[in-house]
Amino acid sequence: MTSATTAHSVVEPSTTTRRFAGTLVVLYAIITMIPLVWIMLTAFKSPDDAISYPPKVMFKPSLEGFCNLFTTRSRQTPEFIRSLGPPQGLCDDIARSRNMVVAGPSNYVPRFVNSLIIAFGSTVLAVALGTLSAYGFSRFRVPLKDDLLFFILSTRMMPPIAVAIPIYLMYRTIGLSDTRLGMILLYTSVNVSLAVWLLKGFIDEIPREYEEAAMIDGYTRFQAFVKVVLPQATTGIAATAIFCLIFAWNEYAFAVLLTSGNAQTAPPFIPIIIGEGGQDWPAVAAGTTLFLVPIVVFTVLLRKHLLRGITFGAVRK
Amino acid sequence: MAEVEIKAVSKAFGKTQALSDLSLTIGDGEFVALLGPTGAGKTTALRLIAGLEQPDSGSIRIDGRDVTGDAPADRDVAFVFQQYSLYPHLTVFENMAFALRAPTRRMPEADIRAKVQEVARLLHIETKLDNKATQLSGGQMQRVAIGRALVRSPSIYLMDEPLSSLDAKLRGELRLELKRIQVDLGATILYVTHDQTEAMTMASRIGVIEGGRLMQIGTPREIYENPINAHVAARLGQPTINLLPAALFAGAPVGVETIGARTEHLTIARGGGDISATVKRVEHLGDQSHLHLDLAGRPVVTLADPEAGFGAGDVVSLRLNRPLFFDAKGWRVAA
Ligand SMILES: Nc1ncnc2c1ncn2[C@@H]1O[C@H](COP(=O)(O)OP(=O)(O)OP(=O)(O)O)[C@@H](O)[C@H]1O
Ligand SMILES: [Mg+2]
Repeated sequence: MTSATTAHSVVEPSTTTRRFAGTLVVLYAIITMIPLVWIMLTAFKSPDDAISYPPKVMFKPSLEGFCNLFTTRSRQTPEFIRSLGPPQGLCDDIARSRNMVVAGPSNYVPRFVNSLIIAFGSTVLAVALGTLSAYGFSRFRVPLKDDLLFFILSTRMMPPIAVAIPIYLMYRTIGLSDTRLGMILLYTSVNVSLAVWLLKGFIDEIPREYEEAAMIDGYTRFQAFVKVVLPQATTGIAATAIFCLIFAWNEYAFAVLLTSGNAQTAPPFIPIIIGEGGQDWPAVAAGTTLFLVPIVVFTVLLRKHLLRGITFGAVRK
Repeated sequence: MAEVEIKAVSKAFGKTQALSDLSLTIGDGEFVALLGPTGAGKTTALRLIAGLEQPDSGSIRIDGRDVTGDAPADRDVAFVFQQYSLYPHLTVFENMAFALRAPTRRMPEADIRAKVQEVARLLHIETKLDNKATQLSGGQMQRVAIGRALVRSPSIYLMDEPLSSLDAKLRGELRLELKRIQVDLGATILYVTHDQTEAMTMASRIGVIEGGRLMQIGTPREIYENPINAHVAARLGQPTINLLPAALFAGAPVGVETIGARTEHLTIARGGGDISATVKRVEHLGDQSHLHLDLAGRPVVTLADPEAGFGAGDVVSLRLNRPLFFDAKGWRVAA
């Protein structure tokens, strides 16, 4: 807008304050990064290095974890392995050194694809529904507005797992259990409350005179919404989308309960990757490392909006 | 351009009666100003005409057609808002072309370009068309806001204090330009302001509005010389009219409770007037001075020639010179 944009003064923090804040941020970053770094290191360890005690920081990097993540293998006699032709690629080579052959692809890729479809699908739906309802709550006289908004928020106050059993039974009856559609609808309904609340804050900040001007100029309300409100709400929409995506991407409890063969997502799949004689930690770590990539990419793409977005409209454009 | 007729329109927001029984006709090509203090209902009146609010009662006609229930887009009005007038995500050109690009209008792009350039020249912003709306000075923003409306040829331009956010010098310049443009285009304008100078200099008629009621409407001269009550009298004139108890003066007509004395109603001399007063303070404004007087414990402000050489503490005499008379309720009493 015109007048609000110009006047925004910030008192510059002193050098000491800035150093102190900087130190805190770096410390916090290190503390949160340590587990991630450890997971990434583990992904490149051999199974023996991964469980050795004391833990190894220096080790000989190996791609065995990634190979085990993407393949299933079967144990064979050394004679049989010697009778085979030359190894088919790196993973086959590693498997043969352990008296195994690659039997086929693992389920990691289909699980990962399920995660992508379900998380992005539910995020798009939740943000779209959230934007429209937030606009409605922000601009129209809705009967019982405050009660409705509180009700929407209250669905978030209960731990989602409390309704897991009813949802499980319901989904079984209507045939939504172990389907991608079922998971998309479930994550959408959980996220939409957050989306409505976040986006209502952002849309409240957009002066209604913008749409009113457009409507006087010959646009319908919906056209004004698309032409004027949406472009100004991009920051809020981006921030909300990231929050929704992170929830849907990481969700574990419902996924364990409601999915198995068909629509299983990566989170319940990764920790149960079994190797020889128990958990295959390098494979689990490799699966987790790759699992982080989409969220990191998405966040980096939207980070400009996110920075402004998480201040919840406190900073003017 | 067309005639706009507002008939007995009322509007309440909850318990606040924003507008009561407003009737007003704006003639084709006329410049009418609504003048009133903050909260008087000026913006509400414009929003009702634009269709952004629905009246509780009454009707609105534009060019003879009853538009009371119509959507804003169907009313053919243009609005310049008090604030938030430009889209920050668009350039100046796109802001000004916004109305012309409305899907219902289907205007060819070449015509849009020509029209925007023509209006931009009129408002002296033709070099700023490619700027973002946020990269302008306050005065330029306000020109663009007015330009957004001027690219159209609506039945009526509704302007809500378009100059109020500007400094005095710019306001003066734009006031003149706006008046010139209105005359050139023969535009019908309803202009809302709380600045009496804007109303006096631009409007062919002024409506004085207060507490949601239209108190009086007439030419600037009528309103100034013949206010129907003390409220209206206090709206116009610099310095503000002095309202004094009639009892202080001899010879007021019966029924008069209050005497309204503007500068031109007061003759100040060193002695020999009707009543004497003490000079408390002199404000020098350059070409003239504001004289703050104490008249029997009541403040009186009037203009004086700086050459007269009055100073604080001087005792002067005042003579009333055909002042305005008001009764106990503030209504005007004929002299
Ligand atoms: N949407 C609304 N909801 C509730 N009350 C409102 C609304 N719009 C206006 N009002 C009230 O109606 C009255 C008139 O308001 P309006 O905006 O018309 O005043 P105004 O004359 O334009 O004042 P200003 O010079 O400050 O802009 C005020 O008391 C205001 O508080
Ligand atoms: Mg107003």
